[in-house]
Amino acid sequence: MEDFAIKVEKVSKVFKLPREKNSSIKSAFVNFYKSKKGYELQKALNNVSFEIKKGEFFGIVGRNGSGKSTMLKLLAGIYTPSKGEVHVRGSLTPFIELGVGFNPELTGRENVFLNGSLLGFNRREMKLMYNDIVEFAELERFMDQKLKNYSSGMQVRLAFSIAIRAQSDILLIDEVLAVGDSAFQRKCFDYFEDIKKSGKTIVLVSHDMDSIKRFCTRAALISNGRLELIGSPAQVADLYEKQNASDKKLSDRDEWYINRGTIIKTIELNNDKAKFSSDEKIQIKLLINSDSERIVFPGLNIFKDGQLVSGATPQFQMEPIMISKDSSITYTYEFTTKSLTQGDYLVDGIVYESGKDTPIFYRSQMLNFYVSSLEGGWGSNNLNGKWSASNPSGDDD
Amino acid sequence: MRHYFSKKNRALVSELVRTDFKLRYQGSALGYAWSLLRPLLIFVILYVVFVKFLKLGTEIPHFPVYLLLGIVMWNFFNEMTVMSQGSIVGRGDLIRKISIPRWIIVLSSSISALINLLLNLLVVILFLFINHVDLLKTTLLLPLILLEVYLFALGISLFLAAAFVKYRDIGYIWEVILQAGFYLTPILYPLTRITNVTFQKLIMINPMAQAVQDARYSSVTHQTLTGYKIYDGGWYAFIPFAIVIIVLVLGIRYFRKESKYFAENI
Repeated sequence: MEDFAIKVEKVSKVFKLPREKNSSIKSAFVNFYKSKKGYELQKALNNVSFEIKKGEFFGIVGRNGSGKSTMLKLLAGIYTPSKGEVHVRGSLTPFIELGVGFNPELTGRENVFLNGSLLGFNRREMKLMYNDIVEFAELERFMDQKLKNYSSGMQVRLAFSIAIRAQSDILLIDEVLAVGDSAFQRKCFDYFEDIKKSGKTIVLVSHDMDSIKRFCTRAALISNGRLELIGSPAQVADLYEKQNASDKKLSDRDEWYINRGTIIKTIELNNDKAKFSSDEKIQIKLLINSDSERIVFPGLNIFKDGQLVSGATPQFQMEPIMISKDSSITYTYEFTTKSLTQGDYLVDGIVYESGKDTPIFYRSQMLNFYVSSLEGGWGSNNLNGKWSASNPSGDDD
Repeated sequence: MRHYFSKKNRALVSELVRTDFKLRYQGSALGYAWSLLRPLLIFVILYVVFVKFLKLGTEIPHFPVYLLLGIVMWNFFNEMTVMSQGSIVGRGDLIRKISIPRWIIVLSSSISALINLLLNLLVVILFLFINHVDLLKTTLLLPLILLEVYLFALGISLFLAAAFVKYRDIGYIWEVILQAGFYLTPILYPLTRITNVTFQKLIMINPMAQAVQDARYSSVTHQTLTGYKIYDGGWYAFIPFAIVIIVLVLGIRYFRKESKYFAENI
C-alpha cells in the first residue's frame, strides 16, 4: 500500500451561482414553475487528480480565481466534490484564515479557549498550553481585555500562537503569510521550518513563489480549474511566472478601471502639430471626468520604444483638487523636447485617487507625438551634452 | 457511534455553549439572573391575567403551577427551535473556514436551550413548594417526557437550520406556525374548556399538547386530562410519539443531505 496522506481522484467541483439570490421560497417556486434555472453553473475544478505523500511539504499555486482555494476547501472537507473523491489519511487541520471563530465581544483569554476547541483541544489541555500561547503572542497584559480592543496585529499574533499548537498529521495553510509585519512573517517561516522537520504533511497554498521554492518539496499549478503541472517547486514557480508575465503584457495594452465613473475623457496636444524639433515646448492637455465627488490627480507615462522615459504627476507640485459630482477638471502639463531624443513617443493616461497607491484608471497609448532632433543622439535621454575636441599634437613650441 | 462523542466534539460543544451564555447576558447588569427573572416575570403577568382576571382553571387544583409548567415547556420548545434555526447561518464564519461537524452547531444551541429549561424548572419547583403541591411518584416520568419534547424540537431544529440556509422565508413561516401552535396547545386554558371531544382528540395529536398534558399529569395533578384518557387507551394515544420519531428521522436525514453544501450556500 502506498503511503499517501491525501489522495484526490478525478475531482470536479461545480458551483451553482444564483442569477438572483434564490433565498426565498417564492422565487424558488416561481423559477421552478417557469422551469427556468435561476442559477448559472460555474466549473471551479475540472477532473483534478493528484496524491500527496506522508511527510511532504506540498505547494499549490495558482492565480486568483484559478480554483486553488476551492481545492483547499475540498481537501479540508468544507466543500463536497461534485464528482470524484478526496481521501484523507490522518487528522487534518485547515488554516484558511487565522483566528476563525474569534469573537470580538469575548476577552482574549476566552477566545484562546474557544479557538483551541476548534482545533480539538479541551479545556484541560488548553490550560496546560495557555501560558505558552500568551507568552509567544507577547500579550500577557491584554488577556483580560475584550478582543475588539486589540489591534489587528495583536489579533493575528494571538491567533497564530494558538494555531501553531495544532497537533494534526496534516496541516492546510492558505495565505497566512500574507498578513502581518516582517517580524511576524519571520516567526511564520521559523514555524514552517520546524514543522518541516517534524515530518508532518503540509499543504501550502500561496502566490509567493519565494516561499514555495523555499519550503515545498513538490508543488502543483492550477489554472482555470485544471491541474496544469505537478513537479518540483522550481519548475512550477517557473511556469507560474511565465504565465503571469504573458498575461501582464496583454493587460498592459488594455485599459482598466477600478471605478468606471472616473476616467480621463480626452488627452490632446495643445500645440497644433504632433511633430517637434529640439527645444520646443509641448503642452499636453487632459480632461478628467467623474460621476462622484473625489480627490484625484492625473499621471502621464511617456514611453519610447516600449521603455518608460518619464512619469509625470502634479502630486508633488500642487495641492490635490477635489472634483465634484458629475463634473470635470482640465490639467495641462508643459515640458520641452530639450531632453528627448529622436523618435516616436507614446503617452499613457492615469488617474490616481488621493491616498491610494494603485491608480483607479489606466489607459495606454492615448496620445503620440514625434521628436526629430538628430543632435541629441539616440536612446531614451538627451543629456544635452556638448562635444568638443582639441588638437592632439601637443608639441607647441 | 463513538466518534460522535469524541473528546474533540465534546470540547467543541462545551466551548460553543459557554460562548452562547457569555454573549447572551453581555452588558446586562443582572447577567445570568435574567434566565431566572425572565420566566418569573412572564409568569406573574400570565398569572394575574388568566388566574386573577379571567378566573381560568378554577376546577383544576394548583392551577398556577399547572400553568407555569406548560409555559416553561412551550418556551423551551420555542426558544430551541428559533435559536437552532439561525444557528448555522449565524456561524457562517466557522462553516466556511473550518470543517467541524455541522450538527455540532445545532446541538450546542439546543443544549443552551436545554440549560435554560433546567433553570426555568427550578422556578417551577419553587412554585411547587409555595403551592404545597404533594409530590407525586409519577414525577419520575417527567425527565422522559422532557426528553420526548427535546427530541421533537431537535428534529424540527435540524430541519429548520438546514432549510434556513437556502430559504430565509422559513424564519417568518416558522414564527407564524409557532404562534398558531401556542394557541392550539392547551397551555393557557385547561383542555376541558374545549367541550367538543373531536376537537380535543385532534388537539392531542400534537406531540407538544400531549407532552404538556402528560407532564402536568405526572408532576402537578392527576386530574389533568391527558391524551391517554381522551383516546380511552386506544392506539391513537401513540400517534404523538410516532410523529416525534418521524420528525426526528426526517430532520436528521434532511440535515445530513444539506449539510454537505452549507459552506457554499451560506
